[in-house]
Amino acid sequence: MSQAVDKMLKLRENPNPPDVRGGVGVFFSGGALSCVLVAAIALFSLLFWRGAQAFWPRPLTEWKMENGQVFLVEEFETKADGSIRARIANREFQPGRLDFVAEQPELIASRSNPENAVRVERAENGPFHGYLLSEGLGDTGATGLNVKRPNGEEVFLPGDSVLRVQYPNQMSFFDRVGTWLANLGRFIIEKPREANTEGGVLSPLVGTALMVFLMTLMVMPFGVLAAVYLNEYAKDSWFTHVCRVAVNNLAGVPSIVFGVFGLGFLIYGLGDTIDHVLFGVGEGDPSIFGNPGLLWASVTMALLTVPVVVVATEEGLRAVPREQRDGALALGATRWEMLSRVILPGAKPGILTGAILAISRAAGEVAPLMLTGVVGLEQELPINAEPPFIHLQERFMHLGFHIYSVGFQSPNVEASEPLVYATASLLLVLVISLNLVAIRWRTKVRRSLQGR
Amino acid sequence: MTDTAVTDVPSEPSVKPTTDLGRIAADSASRRAKLELSEMVIRSENLDFFYDHSAQALFNVDIDVRRGQVVAFIGPSGCGKSTFLRTLNRMNDTIPNTRVEGLVKLDNVDIYSPDVDVVELRRRVGMVFQRPNPFPMSIYDNIAFGPRLHKKLSKSETDDLVEQCLRGAALWDETHDRLKSSALTLSGGQQQRLCIARALANDPEVLLLDEPCSALDPNSTAKIEDLIFELRGDYTIIIVTHNMQQAARVSDRTAFFLKGKLIEEDETTQIFTRPSHDETEAYITGRFG
Ligand SMILES: Nc1ncnc2c1ncn2[C@@H]1O[C@H](COP(=O)(O)OP(=O)(O)OP(=O)(O)O)[C@@H](O)[C@H]1O
Ligand SMILES: [Mg+2]
Repeated sequence: MSQAVDKMLKLRENPNPPDVRGGVGVFFSGGALSCVLVAAIALFSLLFWRGAQAFWPRPLTEWKMENGQVFLVEEFETKADGSIRARIANREFQPGRLDFVAEQPELIASRSNPENAVRVERAENGPFHGYLLSEGLGDTGATGLNVKRPNGEEVFLPGDSVLRVQYPNQMSFFDRVGTWLANLGRFIIEKPREANTEGGVLSPLVGTALMVFLMTLMVMPFGVLAAVYLNEYAKDSWFTHVCRVAVNNLAGVPSIVFGVFGLGFLIYGLGDTIDHVLFGVGEGDPSIFGNPGLLWASVTMALLTVPVVVVATEEGLRAVPREQRDGALALGATRWEMLSRVILPGAKPGILTGAILAISRAAGEVAPLMLTGVVGLEQELPINAEPPFIHLQERFMHLGFHIYSVGFQSPNVEASEPLVYATASLLLVLVISLNLVAIRWRTKVRRSLQGR
Repeated sequence: MTDTAVTDVPSEPSVKPTTDLGRIAADSASRRAKLELSEMVIRSENLDFFYDHSAQALFNVDIDVRRGQVVAFIGPSGCGKSTFLRTLNRMNDTIPNTRVEGLVKLDNVDIYSPDVDVVELRRRVGMVFQRPNPFPMSIYDNIAFGPRLHKKLSKSETDDLVEQCLRGAALWDETHDRLKSSALTLSGGQQQRLCIARALANDPEVLLLDEPCSALDPNSTAKIEDLIFELRGDYTIIIVTHNMQQAARVSDRTAFFLKGKLIEEDETTQIFTRPSHDETEAYITGRFG
């Protein structure tokens, strides 16, 4: 015991106190780092938490109002003024197609969670909250559901619009988790419905992936070859100097400018010419490639990302030691054989870095796409079973733009708000996982180059 | 490197190393089979070499190298040994703004004439560099690199060639069970022998070794020297070295360079016992360089 105290005292009387003269610098730099960390953690947790909530099956609460109205609602949150924001659903029956309400608690006479309350997901008009009576035939003879609205009125829901029936108030915790997972899965594999306020994000996801894929196919060969030319073939001169400066400056051009270029040069210039020459499209005919579409968006994006590929590849090429070049040449390799068999494999980590940067940038960039091919809603996927399978001239949806259009251009902003967070989270997950995959790949390549 | 360096070393004790080296040279010469005086492989005539159009690195170098011999190039740092070596397989072509004047002949063909295929030349004149430079690929692929450039080989032919070259470079026993692992997992000495094996795979006539042991420990150095002993006769070998004893041990003939000029070239025993130039004697007795 006393030994421990001795030890503590000794520690306190440290004969070599740490040098604290750098204290101010440590304080500020450490503080800055913590700020960055806090901001990043806040960003991620906000997005993921709000995004995850979008799929959680909330219980249905019956509100008996002081004025006699009855609602069956999903309660969302208590707002700053004390009112409770809730989704009342049953849009087509509400005056003004109201979906969400915010009520002061004093106006709610009683709240309860009836066991048999159902939530019917529908292809139109958003969800229905009420009570299931029976399956049956409607006036027109179609099958469907006979249901009761919270106020007691019986109505018929045609079967072809009914997607799912859930009893949220009967769910155990594990049921909820299961439903959450199912909802999450559906979010990814379903196309958007009802002007993007319901359903999933399959179309923007596929659009983004396809655009990034095409962009990579275009930018990598061009970027790598350009870097090879600059670094391996061109002699050091004012020309290569100007090229490097130009390439570096290209990286600083605002992205919307690339969009303008894509629209003005690629679509109205190149696209119209292609239409004219290859397809014989005349004045006034509907244009094919003279329109914004997947191809031009990818080309524009490739232009936008080519500087990072060039710079990163040059870095990689410079990292290949001179000895290896000499070794290959001394064995009788031609310049091209030396390049393709020794230098390019040796520059792979740099090339992969370029790919990582290009892909992350392209997956997240929205502005130039708005001018060159992205739309808020496009029923058809740009890739499908119909020849030629990939429809380069078609407009497509994109996750980044989807966030904007769902959040700010949708007819039902409140209903789609959770989807904004969910979509943003998905975009973030997509970019991060692309990065992780590429970084792991690069680590593997590096290892094998170092013989480990 | 200036001549004044000669003065500040007393000349008396310096005689000893000469005789030492002479003994080593005579010793190893006696252990070697006599080579028939065979035909010329490499001949340079009035060779001048310029870096950057102005700085002249070689002045009027004339030398004959006969088939199967081991020739050592010695001389102080910066005297142009590497430069000369690299004119023999035209590796200097890869340095921009250089110029060669005079003749270099390989089997009586001017290697700088326009109709010579540099690729074929470099296949016939292999080179091993100062720092081991295996490619970041497997041991097997390193050896097969050259042959794959020059001819079509079946899998089994390649296998045989790889084995033969590794055996030829005395590396087979250490590597036969890990041919597929990266060449960078080898030790420095093994890597250098791999580079020699890689050059042998091209079936060259001449092997240029530019200070092949300067980055290696004594043990690996001994192995490489043994290897040179083995290869002598089958290949013509030119080795640049700063190690006088190494030159005395491995070479049949020795050439001494100074400031871009070939001062003298003679039987190794001769050079190390009775050099005909004062500069040579000064250099090999360690009075400068
Ligand atoms: N790439 C180059 N560009 C310009 N000058 C060079 C170049 N390489 C060598 N030189 C010059 O040519 C001269 C001869 O150099 P070289 O490398 O042939 O010497 P060396 O005898 O091999 O020396 P060391 O024993 O140090 O290797 C030196 O003066 C050197 O500065
Ligand atoms: Mg040298």
